[in-house]
Amino acid sequence: MAAAPTQPRMDILRFATAGSVDDGKSTLIGRLLYDSKSIFEDQLEAVERTSVDRGEEYTNLALLTDGLRAEREQGITIDVAYRYFATPRRKFIIADTPGHTQYTRNMVTGASTADLAIILVDARKGILEQSRRHAFLTTLLRVPHLVVAVNKMDLVDYSQEVFQRIQDEFTEFASKLSIGDLTFIPISALHGDNVVERSVNMQWYEGASLLHHLEHVHIASDRNLVDVRFPVQYVIRPYKSTDAELHDYRGYAGQVAGGVLKPGDEVVHLPSGLSTTITHIDGPNGPVAEAFPPMTVTLRFADEIDISRGDMICRPNNQPRSTQDLDAMVCWMSEARSLAPRSKLILKHTTRTARAMVKNLHYQLDVNTLHRNEEATELRLNEIGRITLRVTQPLFVDDYARNRLTGGFILIDEATNSTVAAGMITG
Amino acid sequence: MQYLMSQLDVLEAESIHIIREVAAEFERPVLLFSGGKDSIVMLRLAEKAFAPAPIPFPVMHVDTGHNFDEVIAYRDRRVEELGLRLIVASVQDAIDKGLVVEQKGRRASRNQLQTVPLLTAIEEHEFTAAFGGARRDEEKARAKERVVSFRDEFGQWDPKNQRPELWNLYNTKIHRGEHVRVFPLSNWTELDIWDYIRREGIELPSIYFAHTRMVFERDGMLLADLPPANRAEDEPAFEAMVRYRTVGDISCTGAVKSAAVGLDEVIEEIAATRVTERGQTRADDRASEAAMEDRKKEGYF
Repeated sequence: MAAAPTQPRMDILRFATAGSVDDGKSTLIGRLLYDSKSIFEDQLEAVERTSVDRGEEYTNLALLTDGLRAEREQGITIDVAYRYFATPRRKFIIADTPGHTQYTRNMVTGASTADLAIILVDARKGILEQSRRHAFLTTLLRVPHLVVAVNKMDLVDYSQEVFQRIQDEFTEFASKLSIGDLTFIPISALHGDNVVERSVNMQWYEGASLLHHLEHVHIASDRNLVDVRFPVQYVIRPYKSTDAELHDYRGYAGQVAGGVLKPGDEVVHLPSGLSTTITHIDGPNGPVAEAFPPMTVTLRFADEIDISRGDMICRPNNQPRSTQDLDAMVCWMSEARSLAPRSKLILKHTTRTARAMVKNLHYQLDVNTLHRNEEATELRLNEIGRITLRVTQPLFVDDYARNRLTGGFILIDEATNSTVAAGMITG
Repeated sequence: MQYLMSQLDVLEAESIHIIREVAAEFERPVLLFSGGKDSIVMLRLAEKAFAPAPIPFPVMHVDTGHNFDEVIAYRDRRVEELGLRLIVASVQDAIDKGLVVEQKGRRASRNQLQTVPLLTAIEEHEFTAAFGGARRDEEKARAKERVVSFRDEFGQWDPKNQRPELWNLYNTKIHRGEHVRVFPLSNWTELDIWDYIRREGIELPSIYFAHTRMVFERDGMLLADLPPANRAEDEPAFEAMVRYRTVGDISCTGAVKSAAVGLDEVIEEIAATRVTERGQTRADDRASEAAMEDRKKEGYF
């Protein structure tokens, strides 16, 4: 029998970091890992050795996050890397996204699952074009919490004035975006000011350290607990003829994408539109009284309805849109080909896969200026635009702003099978 | 109600979602099962993903022929309990057929030789997806790998050309002859694995707990004094109280000195340790900074 957990209940915060090597992003991550004692001696020794080999003055914590040979050789970061650390309050998953090459593609990927994003700003340089780009992508992907970490405060004499100026400028820009929760923290990643401990060099700053903020930011309300959405992922039919009870067992497994489900609830199956009642909800550890995101459960119903993978369970008075025409913002991620009207692609949305055709490219969006280029005829690598798609079968969708799991999709190239775009449904 | 989930519940849900997704979208999945703690947890998650139906795919063990007896016994018992089909891809067979050549010298290990039998078996059985128990916190090359990770017709991993992975959507499209490796435990840390083993009351092979055995020291690691380790005369054997933190090939898996005979004590020690599990107990990863990356590119786990 399963023993009671002896660990205190911790939750998970997933956050993405945006910024280039020059902003001290890798140093900040290295600092968080180091100061939270999540770096092991052998890892540190390897980094110290490499730093000495390279003739660097101090241990380069940035080396901790560069994984591949080419990255270490060229001093760049190629891809999204995931890092882990924990404090007694929380487990943290960092999506570490590189600053330069493939920037948009990687940041969009990292932000798609993030509860929070940290944008690093160099105190000496202030708000740059890339800071605006990071902020825009964060809001496009609907990351609920944003932290602007003003780094290298040690190089501006820990000046409150400098910090205030950056905060004002960013706040003004941010007013054009829909940012739910915005926090500014002055830090020095190199020296550790306001990273784990409150800085003694910035008595004027009354807020929390970065780690304290990460530990306490409230994320439980970020999920959609209102609109019941259960994309059917897998039909479980044991077919054990010897066991009469299992012989008739039909369970519909999946991950709850929205709302709260309970046994006894009346639900509607899409696409059929037929109603039934939930009789049982089985979780990984037995029957549960309630299922909510991101739980994986198996539902059983009172009536025999023909239900397959790709179908959707919802409530009678709260249903997703059932549609073959989608309006969406897409981020194009392929170097090999571009997106243009009449492009044919494979679309994966929740557990349903369909073929899709681009009907219209409305505009390409300049992520730095937010200017809409309506003359654009195609979207190339790392470009973002608004399109209309026609799909071969109905999808059950919500606006991405309402639910990231039922509003997001990926596009796949039919020939190469590469993932070529991320899409966010707007209508 | 706040609708809260603990970190183990969230990780469990994520892994089950991945396992079901792959079972739904791939025709011929297989689960790589070594009898090590990570693959044991993965198998437990697979069991939960399809309950009350049986796991709808076979398991495969790449057997170096240099495994601990306790681990092989555990493997066979678990496979039988779950009524699974076990495929053994044997390194010895590959050597006998001349597909790979045994390494020479006292540090000879069959660990690297596993890639060829693994890829051969995947090809022979036409597997399209292979579940592996690797975690991103294990090693820096693994930190960059996707959950559903594409392998070309040569079984190779191209780290610079990976498919972006967004939300909980996984691209499962491949051409004939290609396959994917799937890592449902990507976001688990070593400590999460142990906490889960404790929470679930999962039985482990006995060598994970402190026991007395003959060992000898090589390159700062304690190796078991068993034939595959090739102890030389200048490497004196002695008796010690040890446990294993990882379980792999006898020739390259180190033991740690420990008096932790129970799960709680083991977890306490692991929570306090200041060395990574691969750095402490895997000779194969000490070869160079990019040892794992190089092996992975060729098709290793």
